[in-house]
Amino acid sequence: MNETSLRLVWIYPDLLSTYGDQGNALVVERRARQRRIPVTRIDVRSDQPIPTSGDIYLIGGGEDRPQRLAAERLRRDGGLNRAVANGAIVFSVCAGYQILGTEFINDLGRPEPGLGILDVKSVRNDGDRHVGDVLADMDERLGLPPLTGFENHQGNTLIGPSARPLARVRIGNGNGTGDGTEGAYCDTVFGTYMHGPVMARNPLLADMLLKLALDVHALPRVDEQWYEALRAERIAHATQAAAARS
Amino acid sequence: MSGNPEPLSPRAKLAVTAGKAAAAVSRAAGKGSGSVIGGRVALKLDPDLLARLAGHLDVVLVSATNGKTTTTRLIAEALRASGPVVSNALGANMPAGITSALAGGSDSRYGVIEVDEKYLAGVARDVTPKAIALLNLSRDQLDRAAETRMLAEHWREGLSGTEAVVIANADDPLVAWAASSCPTVVWVAAGQEWKDDAWSCPSCGGVLQRPGDDWYCGDCGFRRPPPTWALHGDYVLSPDGVAWPIQLQLPGRANKANAAMSAAVGAVFGVPPKIALERMYSVQAVAGRYDVVTYLDRQLRLLLAKNPAGWLETFSLIDGPPAPVLLSVNARGADGTDTSWLWDVDYTRLAGHPIFVLGDRRLDLAVRLEVAGLEFRVCDDLDQAVRAAPPGRVEVIANYTAFQDLRRRIGN
Repeated sequence: MNETSLRLVWIYPDLLSTYGDQGNALVVERRARQRRIPVTRIDVRSDQPIPTSGDIYLIGGGEDRPQRLAAERLRRDGGLNRAVANGAIVFSVCAGYQILGTEFINDLGRPEPGLGILDVKSVRNDGDRHVGDVLADMDERLGLPPLTGFENHQGNTLIGPSARPLARVRIGNGNGTGDGTEGAYCDTVFGTYMHGPVMARNPLLADMLLKLALDVHALPRVDEQWYEALRAERIAHATQAAAARS
Repeated sequence: MSGNPEPLSPRAKLAVTAGKAAAAVSRAAGKGSGSVIGGRVALKLDPDLLARLAGHLDVVLVSATNGKTTTTRLIAEALRASGPVVSNALGANMPAGITSALAGGSDSRYGVIEVDEKYLAGVARDVTPKAIALLNLSRDQLDRAAETRMLAEHWREGLSGTEAVVIANADDPLVAWAASSCPTVVWVAAGQEWKDDAWSCPSCGGVLQRPGDDWYCGDCGFRRPPPTWALHGDYVLSPDGVAWPIQLQLPGRANKANAAMSAAVGAVFGVPPKIALERMYSVQAVAGRYDVVTYLDRQLRLLLAKNPAGWLETFSLIDGPPAPVLLSVNARGADGTDTSWLWDVDYTRLAGHPIFVLGDRRLDLAVRLEVAGLEFRVCDDLDQAVRAAPPGRVEVIANYTAFQDLRRRIGN
C-alpha cells in the first residue's frame, strides 16, 4: 500500500457501470474508513490513462458495445497490465471479468482479445441468458462464507490451468460451462459474474481485498447487522426458489 | 387536420364489442380496469384494429424511460383546447392497452398515446402519428429490458422515415441520436439530470464532452442539436423568443421539462403556448403519482420513482429536511428483479431527513443506506413507518409495484 493512503481505482465508470457497479467501490471505501484506513478513490474515465500506482482496481459490468470499447482502450493504455505486474489487486465483475481474460466474444460476434491477466476465456452461450439469484460455495482456500449474488449474462467462461474457480455454484449458473464453477482468481486478480453488487452481498470479499492491500491477516470488526440480514434473506430466497423449481 | 371517422368494418366492430365485453368481465372479476385484457381480445380478432381505430385521429405518441404518463396527460390537456381527446391516461402503454383506449375514441379528434419504449417503432408504423414526443432514455429493468443504447437504435431505425413531426429532447444524447434520423424534428432543450447512460457517443462510441449544458463527441463531431424551444428555470422559451411562465400543480424540474415538451407538441397543432400551459395547470395527480393523501391522520405525498434517473429527479423535488422520507422498494417482475440499480442512486442526497425503509427489498435498501452513512429505520409495513415518522408531511418514494402496494393499502 501507498504510504499515506490506500488508492482505490475504479476503471471506466463511463463504460462499465451499468449494474450498480459503483456499489463495490462504495463498500470497499466504507469498510476501509470504518477501520480508519485512509482511502483515495480514483475514478478513471475511458479517455484517461490508468494510473499504475493503485492498490486495488475495480472493474464492473456493462453492455456489449461498451465492453468492446473498454477492452480496446485498456489494451491500448497498458496501465492495468503494468499495475498487475507490480502486484496490484484487481476485482472484476461480469463484462470486466471477461475483459481480464484472454478472449471474449464482442458485440459484433467476433473474438476480441482481452488483457490476459486472468487465465480465462469467454464464449457466447447459445441458450437462454443466465439471469437470477445465485448461491455458491467459495473456494476453500479463501476461507470465506458462501457467495450470494445476482447473475445476468450471456457469456460462458472457461477457466485455464493457471486460474482457480472463485466458487462452486449450488444454485444458478456462474461461469455457465456446466462444470459448476463460478468466477475465477489467480494470486491477486479476481473475477466473478455476481452483481448485487457483489460486495454489498458479500462484504467479506471487500475485507479480503483490504487485507491483501494492507498485508494483514485480520481487520477490526465492523457492524455487520444489515449485511447479515440481507445475506440471510437472499440465501433463503434462492434456496426456496430452487426448491420450488425442482 | 382530422377527417370524418371512417366507419368501422363489421369485423372491427365485433372486435371492439368483444374487447369491451372482456374488459367488463375482467372488471367484474376484480382484476383491474380490464383495459389490457379488452385490448388483447380485440387485437386477436382484428390485428389491424389499432390502425383502423386511429384512422380518423390526429395521433401524438409519447415515449421515454421516465415521465411518459405525466407528459401524455399534459399534452392531452393542451390539445383539448382545440378538440376532444382520447388517451391511455392510466398508463396501459403496450399495443393491447392502446387499442383498448382508442376503442373509446370514436368521437375524438386527437389521440394522445403513451407508448412503451420497446413498442414505439411498431405503434408508430401502425397508427401514422402526426407527432411523436421523445423525452429521455436511461437504464431501466436491465434484467429483462433491452440495453439502453439498443433501444435508442431501435427508435432510430424505426422512426427514420416517419412523416410525423418529432419533438425531441436535445439534452439527452441518446434521444438526440435516435431522433436525428427523422426528417422533421423540433428540438427542445428540456434538460436531463441523469447523465450516466450517455458518457459514450451513441454514434461512434467516443467519450462525450459535456461542458455546461452542451455536449459533443470529440471523435466524430456528433453534437447537441440547436434547440428551438428551451426550458429555462420556471419558463419555457418558444421559438419566437418569448418566455412563458410554467405554473403547474405537479412538483419538480422534471415536470417543468414535461410541460416544455408538451407546449412544443401543442404548437405543432396550433395551440398557443399560453393556452397550452394554462390548461396544464389543471393536472394535479397522474395515476396517483404526486397525490397528497391523508393516512392515519398524516399527510403523505406519493412519489413514483422506478429507476436511477427517476430517483434523482425525485430527490430534487421533495421538501427539505427535516421532512420525513419513506422509501419502499420491491423487485417483482414489473420492477425488474435485480436491485443493483439502488447503488446508482446517490442516497446521500437524503442526509438530514429521517428515513424509513420498507418494501420487499428493504434489506437491500438498508445496506445501501448503511454504506451511504445515513441513519434509517427498517419497518415491517406502511402503518409502522407512518406512526414512527416525526411531524410534517411524509414524502413517500416507491418503485413500481411498491407504489401500487402503497396505494392499495391507503385505499387511494
